[in-house]
Amino acid sequence: MITKIKKTLSKAAIAACFGLAATAQAATELTMYYPVAVGGPLTQVVDGIVSDFMKENPDIKVSAIYAGNYNDARIKALAALNSGQPAQLSVMFSIDIYELIEQDAIVAFDDIVSTPEEKEWLDSFYPTLMQNGRTAGKTWGIPFQRSTIVMYYNKDAFRAAGLDPDQPPATWDEFVAAGRKLTKGDGSQWGMMIPSTGYPYWMFGALTMQNDQVLMNDAGDKTYFDAPGTVAALEFWKDLGATHKVMPEGTIEWGTLRQNFLEGRTAIMWHSTGNLTVVKNKAKFDFGVAMLPASKRRGTPTGGGNFYIFKKTTPEERVAAMKLIKYMTSPETSAKWSIKTGYMGVSPAAYETQALQEYVKGFPYAAVARDQLEFATAELSTFQTGRVRKLLDDAIQSVLTGAKTPEAALQEAQSAADRLLKAYR
Amino acid sequence: MRHVYGWLLLTPAAILLIAFTHFPTLATVYESLFSKGSTIRPSRFTGFSNYESMMEDPVFWKVLTNNFWFAVGTIPLSVGLAIAMALLVNRTLPGRSLLRLAYFTPTILPMIAVANIWLFFYSPDIGLIDQILGSFGIAGHNWLGDPDTVLPAIILMTVWKEAGFFMIFYLAALQHFPEELEEAATLEGASRWYYFRRVVFPLLMPTTLFVLINAVLNSFKLVDHLFVLTKGGPNNASNLLLYYIYENAFSYFDTNYAATLTVVLLVILAVLALAQFFFLDRRIHYR
Repeated sequence: MITKIKKTLSKAAIAACFGLAATAQAATELTMYYPVAVGGPLTQVVDGIVSDFMKENPDIKVSAIYAGNYNDARIKALAALNSGQPAQLSVMFSIDIYELIEQDAIVAFDDIVSTPEEKEWLDSFYPTLMQNGRTAGKTWGIPFQRSTIVMYYNKDAFRAAGLDPDQPPATWDEFVAAGRKLTKGDGSQWGMMIPSTGYPYWMFGALTMQNDQVLMNDAGDKTYFDAPGTVAALEFWKDLGATHKVMPEGTIEWGTLRQNFLEGRTAIMWHSTGNLTVVKNKAKFDFGVAMLPASKRRGTPTGGGNFYIFKKTTPEERVAAMKLIKYMTSPETSAKWSIKTGYMGVSPAAYETQALQEYVKGFPYAAVARDQLEFATAELSTFQTGRVRKLLDDAIQSVLTGAKTPEAALQEAQSAADRLLKAYR
Repeated sequence: MRHVYGWLLLTPAAILLIAFTHFPTLATVYESLFSKGSTIRPSRFTGFSNYESMMEDPVFWKVLTNNFWFAVGTIPLSVGLAIAMALLVNRTLPGRSLLRLAYFTPTILPMIAVANIWLFFYSPDIGLIDQILGSFGIAGHNWLGDPDTVLPAIILMTVWKEAGFFMIFYLAALQHFPEELEEAATLEGASRWYYFRRVVFPLLMPTTLFVLINAVLNSFKLVDHLFVLTKGGPNNASNLLLYYIYENAFSYFDTNYAATLTVVLLVILAVLALAQFFFLDRRIHYR
């Protein structure tokens, strides 16, 4: 009996040794959080890419955790870090950069890259997409699921209203004029909808850029909420509903807007290019995608998520994380990701891959977001970014709902933002 | 010796209470006395300055007022509806179990799922509500996008969600009523309304107290739907205290200000609960 127990024990001990050895060899485990902001089956796409990566790199085990929208992803990743749970990298909002630096949560890529090829790799992306990922002379975020705002329009509705479906409005005046023709008196079809919940400051960033005015400086410590161009942009947005009656008054829900467009309740919508593939698959009518119209110039903010590497990581983990990021932002993966979602390819090389070139040939709208990059600017991002953004969001919503005038609301937001940011100058 | 036993028996519950209720409460009060910290600028003791800036924070007053109207809107309506539904399904009618189930269904559904469904109900023009109104020739309305209707819209959804839950408690209470009461009332020639007012309602008071306390707590606790429906907007028109706490803690990373707001929430809840126990309890008839 006793010998039997001894045998079992020694077997167990041997097994345990082997087990340990096996885990020691299985090397690096990475935990990555990622958000999805536009709905649709994007989680499957990410999971697919990650499992392809693991097939190619059997020594790295990645668990990719879907973490809700951008806000949730940041909260979950930071909460995990604070509670000692390991997370080595994460896709988070590109505009979280100042907050993450202030929390000392992330490490700059310049401090990780070693070889000249890797340094070159840092410069292989579209410079506009790097704007939100660089500050204080360093690169903190690598673009992954990046977007701009584009204008989706219903060509059938354009034809029905006597508009040329291949000439989408290119200026604010044409935009309003088209809206007048497209709006039906009985409310069954609106000319346009620009969403004003969820990410109002983002849409507003497009309008202000078109007025040749940015919302903040590069250092992230000053905002220009009460600049004349900003006020005029908000005036225009409000007038679409209040004066021209081509857009519903009040706020317009981000989450249900795509449905409104697909059901023909609005002939034009401004939305993230990340919706492109879903709209393409679901629209029962002929639709078009165009750059946003211009006032003084064309303009849109970039948007979306960047890769960040957390500071609490071992050198091996950083190497593995870099491998993963390089894989996920490589021209091939980026092309595949762009085709499946509508997010843009993050580097010029992605658009030179055969897959994406053929896709663009068959579906030219896939390149609108890229072409628009030329006119794009960074998304609103400052120190204390959550509060500053909320100030602007509240100002926009109070104007759109008729509670305040654009001047008053924006001046209030600006002086509140000044109070918050004074300490960082 | 008896004391030792007594304390030993109390220990498990006491440990849990202290670890998960009392210690966090004290820690919250303590945290609220410090400034927001980050790695670059560490948090430091600032006394009551968080409370001072709270008094000057217009959003704080806005969410407090909203929360007041949210409570006033949800509590009487959901409790009244619960009593009515309980009385209805307590009678013998055909398909009674189905009706009970139907009334209870909103309670079973997760709030987030419910909010997603109602988001589409409320969406202008394409939503269910506007389509129904449209068939009567009433023009569509942007329910969640209008600061005047967003709070009532959210109240309505919450009442729909809560009434079924409270109904269960009333139903349980009603089932314990002896039949003689109703028979005696009928013999005396009392009308149904008189019987309800003078017999049923007073006898339901213990349940009402329990339900009321729950309803009051819920009116401060339930904010799940805000994440989906409005995120507190437009311009804080539907923002509630707990959601504002969440925003401060997790969107702005200002845990200290969030702690300050939490202290306010705790005080409000404690005062309300105590008030209900002391004032209502005296007027309640327990068998």
